[in-house]
Amino acid sequence: MNERHMREAYGEALVELGETNPDIVVLDADLSPSTKTCMFAEKFPDRFFDVGVAEANLISVAAGLASSGKIAFASTFSVFGTEKGLNQFKQSAVYPRLNVKLVVSHGGISLGQDGVSHFCVEDIAIMRAMPNLAVVVPADAIETKVATKAIAEYEGPVFMRLVRPKTVCIYEEGYKYAGEELTFKVGKSVTLREGSDVAIIATGLMVAEALAAASDLEKEGINASVINVHTIKPLDRDAILKAARESGAVVTAEEHNVYGGLGGAVAEVLVENYPVPVGMVGIRDTFCESGPWKELFRKYGLTSADIVRKAKEVIERRG
Amino acid sequence: MAPFDEKSAPHDEELIKRLKKIALYIRKCSLIMITKAQSGHIGGSLSAADILACLYFHHLRHDPENPRWEDRDRFILSKGHACPALYAALAKAGYFEEDELWKLRQVGSILQGHPDMRRTPGVEASTGTLGQGLSVGVGMALAARLDGKKYRVFVLLGDGELDEGQVWEAAMSAAHYKIDNLTAIVDFNSFQLSGFIEKVMSLNPLSDKWRAFGWHVVEIDGHDMKQILDSLDEVEKVRGKPSVIIAHTQKGKGVPFIEKAFNEGISKYHGIPLTEAELKRALEELYE
Repeated sequence: MNERHMREAYGEALVELGETNPDIVVLDADLSPSTKTCMFAEKFPDRFFDVGVAEANLISVAAGLASSGKIAFASTFSVFGTEKGLNQFKQSAVYPRLNVKLVVSHGGISLGQDGVSHFCVEDIAIMRAMPNLAVVVPADAIETKVATKAIAEYEGPVFMRLVRPKTVCIYEEGYKYAGEELTFKVGKSVTLREGSDVAIIATGLMVAEALAAASDLEKEGINASVINVHTIKPLDRDAILKAARESGAVVTAEEHNVYGGLGGAVAEVLVENYPVPVGMVGIRDTFCESGPWKELFRKYGLTSADIVRKAKEVIERRG
Repeated sequence: MAPFDEKSAPHDEELIKRLKKIALYIRKCSLIMITKAQSGHIGGSLSAADILACLYFHHLRHDPENPRWEDRDRFILSKGHACPALYAALAKAGYFEEDELWKLRQVGSILQGHPDMRRTPGVEASTGTLGQGLSVGVGMALAARLDGKKYRVFVLLGDGELDEGQVWEAAMSAAHYKIDNLTAIVDFNSFQLSGFIEKVMSLNPLSDKWRAFGWHVVEIDGHDMKQILDSLDEVEKVRGKPSVIIAHTQKGKGVPFIEKAFNEGISKYHGIPLTEAELKRALEELYE
């Protein structure tokens, strides 16, 4: 199966953006070889600013550039960007609706062996609670590339979360799915698969697990729809309500705490509008531990098998 | 109205007299605004009034008719709680009507409790939580360089604000990037919320700290108009490094009983408004 790094796709997209738009500037906090902003730095050294290991400064400097007409991409690991620059992001960028795109790599736990200090299982929840902010979580490298271009066009602040390891590409080159060419739009989900028995709503690298789960369920005669919610906020409420109406049972899947992330966002929409049984696949409110990421995913319940189990549960609850 | 661009004018007595009158206006408005709102920060607004007068009415190139003029100099009030003084300066310069001042901190007002760049014409950055303005200024100064523009960026910092680690992150990066279109001004009034600076968190030797971070340093009396004006001119000649003006000021400057309280270590007038009776007395005692 084709596996690629989201980070590299991000770096490629930045270079392409830099070639066509002189207002694109990129900042990093001493992690550019890892976040892949180094690709932009090499090509456009004058428009790249490394501030050293200083995330608060990273984000506020980006805000200053954005307030002067630049589209400022600031990158670091999620735990640092989310939690060491949070107040800076809020006050100097998000509240005044500036074009700061905080694009973080190393979201979730899939960075594996660096362990808890470097994990971020609460970033989506934190960012989702902030007014004015769009929160984007691409499913693979191909989507990362189109998403990077889309958020550059999007007017206002964005938080985009990538992961460290190579992950399965669910899309074909050129952002196609099952031969069909798609358009990435901030705030719109992508329905990858139709099915009326249960709806699996997933984000990030868990979309691949959701597709695998849907195939497994199909072998047992259960038809699952799969929706890739690449934008957690603004959330595609219509697609979620449609899926809930069609299936009457919903499973969410994310590499994030089950509190406050995609599961929470979907539950908020359903509970107010169309309550159906919801099961959440995610990290059960724990910090996890160091280890090879696929082993961690098995231990902490982030596999297609976990989604299958949860799907059967919600179908049973629906009756 | 033509953009303000008066910095080539001589620093003569007439200019200083004019700026002193404006500083008095800023102080008077700040006192009235905060009393009307029954909320806001007196001490740090009064200590910054002379610096703001020199910037907005002599040194900055700006255009109140066109607040987003792209060649304007940028001023960031990083010590956002002193915004009553900034708002008074902006009103006086013509960014909005004076009447707006009396709606400070009220629902629907364009004048928020702390500076809001989207609501208030002339405000360049949203501030209030301390420590961020110098970083934002670094970003603006870098943008000027990228765009080949001549504008300069000024950031007013509080002394208590210098406790924030981010200020030193910004200081390091400004020197690293050799940003010479950036001027930091420290309103060194020696008093932070809970007491004297040297009691809460020592800053000295402050000039040495900035120098060690690679900055050009000027120390002045922050209430001496000529020294403020001269220092602003001096730092513009510095090439290849950022500059900081350490302005020694008096917290609560202009109102003897407020000055006295701070000098005795009483923090009451940092963030607590005056009563109507105190305001009356303050306006009577207020001096240039």
